[in-house]
Amino acid sequence: MSALTQSTPGAAQSDAAPEKELRPPSYWPFVVPALVVVLAIIIFPWVFTIWMSLNEWKVGSSTTFVGFSNYLRLTSDPRFIEAIGHTLVYTVLSVLLPLVFGTFAAVVFHQKFAGRGFLRGIFIMPMMATPVAIALVWTMMFHPQLGVLNYLLSLVGIPPQLWVFHPATVIPSLVLVETWQWTPLVMLIVLGGLAAIPTEPYESAQIDGANLWQVFRFITLPLIMPFLFIAGMIRMIDAVKSFDIIFAITQGGPGSASETINIYLYSVAFTYYDLGYGSAIAVVFFLLIVLLAAVMLYARQRMVWTEIASDA
Amino acid sequence: MTPRQIIGKIGLWLSVCVIVSPAILFFLWMLSLSLKFEIDNAAYPPVFFPEHIAWKNYADVLASNRFLTYFINSLIVTGGATALALIVGVPAGYGIARMAAHKSAIVILIARITPGLSYLIPLFLLFQWLGLLGTLVPQIIIHLVVTVPIVIWIMIGYFETTPMELEEAALIDGATRWQVFRHVALPIAKPGIAVAFILAVIFSWNNFVFGIVLAGRETRTLPVAVYNMISFDQLSWGPLAAAALIVTLPVLLLTVFAQRQIVAGLTAGAVKGG
Repeated sequence: MSALTQSTPGAAQSDAAPEKELRPPSYWPFVVPALVVVLAIIIFPWVFTIWMSLNEWKVGSSTTFVGFSNYLRLTSDPRFIEAIGHTLVYTVLSVLLPLVFGTFAAVVFHQKFAGRGFLRGIFIMPMMATPVAIALVWTMMFHPQLGVLNYLLSLVGIPPQLWVFHPATVIPSLVLVETWQWTPLVMLIVLGGLAAIPTEPYESAQIDGANLWQVFRFITLPLIMPFLFIAGMIRMIDAVKSFDIIFAITQGGPGSASETINIYLYSVAFTYYDLGYGSAIAVVFFLLIVLLAAVMLYARQRMVWTEIASDA
Repeated sequence: MTPRQIIGKIGLWLSVCVIVSPAILFFLWMLSLSLKFEIDNAAYPPVFFPEHIAWKNYADVLASNRFLTYFINSLIVTGGATALALIVGVPAGYGIARMAAHKSAIVILIARITPGLSYLIPLFLLFQWLGLLGTLVPQIIIHLVVTVPIVIWIMIGYFETTPMELEEAALIDGATRWQVFRHVALPIAKPGIAVAFILAVIFSWNNFVFGIVLAGRETRTLPVAVYNMISFDQLSWGPLAAAALIVTLPVLLLTVFAQRQIVAGLTAGAVKGG
């Protein structure tokens, strides 16, 4: 059919017409209700957010058009700039740690053993459980005097920590929760990748007498790279936006030591009710996520090219 | 078994223990906290197995009539948002899959990347203007931000894998598109709908950020209610842990019993809302 259309463009039109008549009603009616919903709750908020970001818009007072001054204000807002730093540190750690642990877990769950399905169900419980409920229990576990974590540390001779109650340890402690919570998602994605690997390379590796690490490093890892990349991308998008855990455990504190962009956005919009400025933060925040995703895509492409180059 | 195989077996089981213990120990500790009296919860070194079990913690949480209100609120918001999402999302997934309109999935991708808070600012103003803020309606509507993309995304994937032959045969026999969808495509898609339903329910039930902004005293959902308990009851860990466990228990049970569907859905779509 496509060959025909290419060779005789004139005939193609008369060809396509009867085909359309054969199936008169299209599939559009199926999509329209969802389209209306998406327009109302996703597109409209976006357009409105961009409009609000160009206005001085505080709840209870009149709005005035101010152009880009909300955006200019961002560049000299120390709290915002600090929040970018916190977000980046939090995100890098919350992507890398689950990737490492999740890959290990996936390799283990790829083996056959009794009760695998049930244990996999247990393993993914942290990511499905209600984040606020989890955050509450972690807060109790982080308690410097009565928390179980300091007790566990004391068993192996490590002095008690202040965890989320000290500016220096708050972000690593929150990353611990985030890693505990989201390692299962990485595991599931990598597990899907492992299922797609052919068995031949493993057979020949066994004949060659490769050890477990060599098999993983030179066969498994290169083959699951695309899946690790997808997992890393999803993890990045979620970690940047992380809200429930941080808000419920520290609310950005102590001081502003764990205030990420999302937490700061909440304060500006719904504590100070400065909706215009909050909208500007939301727009910049979204662009930052897109930028991070683009950087990851670019790095991935560079990596593929160097792999090909080193092979050649 | 050769010694090498035995070592392999031991290594495997050790690894399995290491991997699942953070989850198991955490939830056991949560259970332990929720079943202890304050004197045990404030003890150092911590008490792991209490001598006296404080069932009272659960009774107290369940007995407070506010908790029942919040539970019903959660049911209405999650139920409403999931039902609406299935009603609009399943046909949409079907239409997009059949038209092969993959570019429309970009909107879902944007929804996936957008921080939940950026929906809240304009919709908060809209609901305020419509005078809906004291009701559950704003929360049902805004939870669609979570549930609709999940349902559409999973249903596109599902309908793409169902065979076209039956549908084409029905079309030739003179059935309308709607009849084909209703009587041919929909029955086959039941497992996919189950996956979409389960994931939409879980992520809507767990949602917190929309509630803290939109919920008033009477319209809180359970995650918001539990969060509000923290600030007032900083030192009564037993009832707090009991409340937290009750909130997340439905989701945990669903995870264990529908483990296969959840894994299938997450691996295919890898979507999460909010």
